[in-house]
Amino acid sequence: METIKKSINGGEFLIKETAAEDIFIFEEFSEEQKMMAQACQDFVDTEITPRIEEIDSMKNPDLVPQIFKKAGELGLLGISVPEVFGGMGMSFNTSMLIADIIGAAGSFSTTYGAHTGIGTLPILYYGTEDQKNKYLPKLATGQWAACYCLTEPDAGSDANSGKTKATLSADGKHYVLNGQKMWISNAGFADLFIVFAKIEDDKNLTAFIVEKSFGGITMNEEEKKMGIKGSSTRQVFFNDCQVPVENMLSDRQNGFKIAVNILNIGRVKLGAGVLGGVRTVTSLAIKYSTERKQFGVSINTFGAIKAKLAEMAIRTFATEALCYRAGQDIEDRINSLIAEGMQDSEAKLKGVEQFAIECAIAKVHGSEVLDYVVDQGVQVYGGMGYSADAPMERAYRDARISRIYEGTNEINRMLMVGMLLKRAMKGEVNIFEPAMAVSKELTSVPSFESLDTSTLFAAEKDVLNKLKKVFLMVGGKAAMSLQDRIEDEQEVMMNLADVMIEIYAAESAILRAEKLVGLRGEESCQQQIAMAKVYLSEAAEKINIAAKEAIASFTSGDEQKVMLMGLKRFTKMDLVDTKSLRRQIADFMIEKGHYPFS
Amino acid sequence: MKILVCITHVPDTTSKIQFTENNTQFDKNGVQFIIGPYDDYALARAVELKEQLGASLTVMNVGESDSDPTLRKALAIGADDAIRVNAFPKDSLFVANQIAHIAKSNGYELILMGRESIDFNGGMVHGMVGELLGMPSISPVMKLEVEGDTVKMSREIEGGKEYVEAKLPLIAGCQEPIAEWKIPNMRGIMSARTKPFSVVEPVVEEGNSRVISYELPPAKAGVKLVDKDNVEELVRLLKNEAKVL
Repeated sequence: METIKKSINGGEFLIKETAAEDIFIFEEFSEEQKMMAQACQDFVDTEITPRIEEIDSMKNPDLVPQIFKKAGELGLLGISVPEVFGGMGMSFNTSMLIADIIGAAGSFSTTYGAHTGIGTLPILYYGTEDQKNKYLPKLATGQWAACYCLTEPDAGSDANSGKTKATLSADGKHYVLNGQKMWISNAGFADLFIVFAKIEDDKNLTAFIVEKSFGGITMNEEEKKMGIKGSSTRQVFFNDCQVPVENMLSDRQNGFKIAVNILNIGRVKLGAGVLGGVRTVTSLAIKYSTERKQFGVSINTFGAIKAKLAEMAIRTFATEALCYRAGQDIEDRINSLIAEGMQDSEAKLKGVEQFAIECAIAKVHGSEVLDYVVDQGVQVYGGMGYSADAPMERAYRDARISRIYEGTNEINRMLMVGMLLKRAMKGEVNIFEPAMAVSKELTSVPSFESLDTSTLFAAEKDVLNKLKKVFLMVGGKAAMSLQDRIEDEQEVMMNLADVMIEIYAAESAILRAEKLVGLRGEESCQQQIAMAKVYLSEAAEKINIAAKEAIASFTSGDEQKVMLMGLKRFTKMDLVDTKSLRRQIADFMIEKGHYPFS
Repeated sequence: MKILVCITHVPDTTSKIQFTENNTQFDKNGVQFIIGPYDDYALARAVELKEQLGASLTVMNVGESDSDPTLRKALAIGADDAIRVNAFPKDSLFVANQIAHIAKSNGYELILMGRESIDFNGGMVHGMVGELLGMPSISPVMKLEVEGDTVKMSREIEGGKEYVEAKLPLIAGCQEPIAEWKIPNMRGIMSARTKPFSVVEPVVEEGNSRVISYELPPAKAGVKLVDKDNVEELVRLLKNEAKVL
């Protein structure tokens, strides 16, 4: 495989090898970015965590708007908004970092994400200069709160099927909105609504910027939810809501594209946005397991508990690695497009679009790591984990939404595979050629050359390259055998997505550890090395299972035999003593008393 | 008016404290450093006074280059410029001499600092600076208002509150609730890198004390529960085991 530098395209990680120095790692954030993260952490620790019960009770309707305003005063609501529009104009990865820290804020992280992401970005990226000048300063400072009205009772994952109508008034000055929107975060206190509706019998949605003051907007009571109870979520009704024609956002029928592109950003940010919560839960589990004594000793002395603590950290380490790797790839692409003369907003959209596959991976991986971590957090707390008096119960409930919103994880899995195949068809990502090569390799005699494993991660990188061949073998075959029907074979799409996700996560973890060793030396990176190794070992097992399921579902006879042999060859790796490595990682964390890797 | 706030660069309050080199050096490995919490309150009050009185606000620290991020955070919170005296802060007198020199050279009228640092907790520097400069030095100050050239302060004393007035220039060792603790805002953080930051060499080389060795407090022993009706046992334990009676 060819080693590439910086110019990687979205999805190309499956066919190319990336050098450690070409990825960005969490540990490289500058003093200024760290200071921003710390300020944000201080905001969470002082304004949110002590009042989390009160926030979730929703008894005081002014509380969240007050906290929201405070976030605005600190500049946290305008991180991605350029300075000319009253924001901070910070880089893409800085906005990921802030979303990461706010992730520890429970319900408020949804309030924050809905406002700064889907609420603000449509105007930033698609608005006219007038629209930007009028609305962005209010949104960036928290003077106004925004929400995003896409979902309808019968239009969830199939967002473009929404029934909300926009009709041009007789005098041609207004669009009159009528319809019903559902699960609208921040609806209760929003001043501005990004609304998607269809004009006449258009096939696609059109987006509008709707001020609450336009009238004709009513709402149901707050939804009673499983978690993120302090985040306002309501049904919103538009009854002859008069929207001036100049408040159409972008062109007619461009709404679906806006929705999709904004969601790409939302997805990668959600990946990072789970991290604050994940770290907090892991650190709480470490502390509790130290304090909790059974059979006369702290429960953190038990292997079963150590394995959990270590595994929580290992997966967190991988999510951190892949999110900030993707974030920097996006940022680099944006900067290079701007340098080529593209307009700022367009460059940002194109940069994110290029890495839409990685955005979907970040969303799925992040939300599933979050769910894993809160589940184990409850388990470490035992009976106390089930009590609403301890923090794990809330964390467990709050986490669950992440696998649902910003596109369900199933939709995201379909999307990442579908997009890769589409790009391959267009010749944008050359997967068919390497897939053919792998196919040839299946029928050839395996190489008996022994690998030089004297350099760090040489063996692991060899495994990774072989895992990529698993994807090329199974994905290539699926595309050829199933052709257009692949979209209907959703189970195969899920399997292929799992292979993609695990390859990206394992590679990111290894590259992060490798880069860190380069910065700090091998001696002080023992835990990171161990985490990367354990992650890869688990990823290989998961990939084996997913690939086997896929092979069984669409091949038979000799072809199946050949592929299974190939799978065996490509997933072969030396046995890793994960138990000892997990113990080593857990002991290190117990000594530190918290998640100490970022 | 010219205000000087002296800040310490100290381990975060949750840091695990360890020593090296036969218990003669503090182990900085893996320790996060912060602005001393009491100094943070002094700084917060100074930022309020700056806005209220249109004063200038300088922040200083005696420390090595690893203190720079801490000083830049003070700039992010609202100080106009920063001075670092490039030296390891050997002891209180050494630090006080540096502060006195900077204060004298630049003519600061109000010098605020924390009531004490949270690493060595000497609580002596404000008094020493007062002595070196011949200025009044008041500590711990919990409220501070400036009216013309008069500073009105209050401090908690045994069983009550004491109200103190003094003329500028003066030195105050501060503590909460003198001001609301401030989180730097994003714009402040971004502007910190463009604010003046000077590094100067120390005026005297030596302090008048040296650390012989450090020792951690004994680990907390387990809790013993005594039945509420068994006062005699409680007294016996307090006398014979805890040896506090």
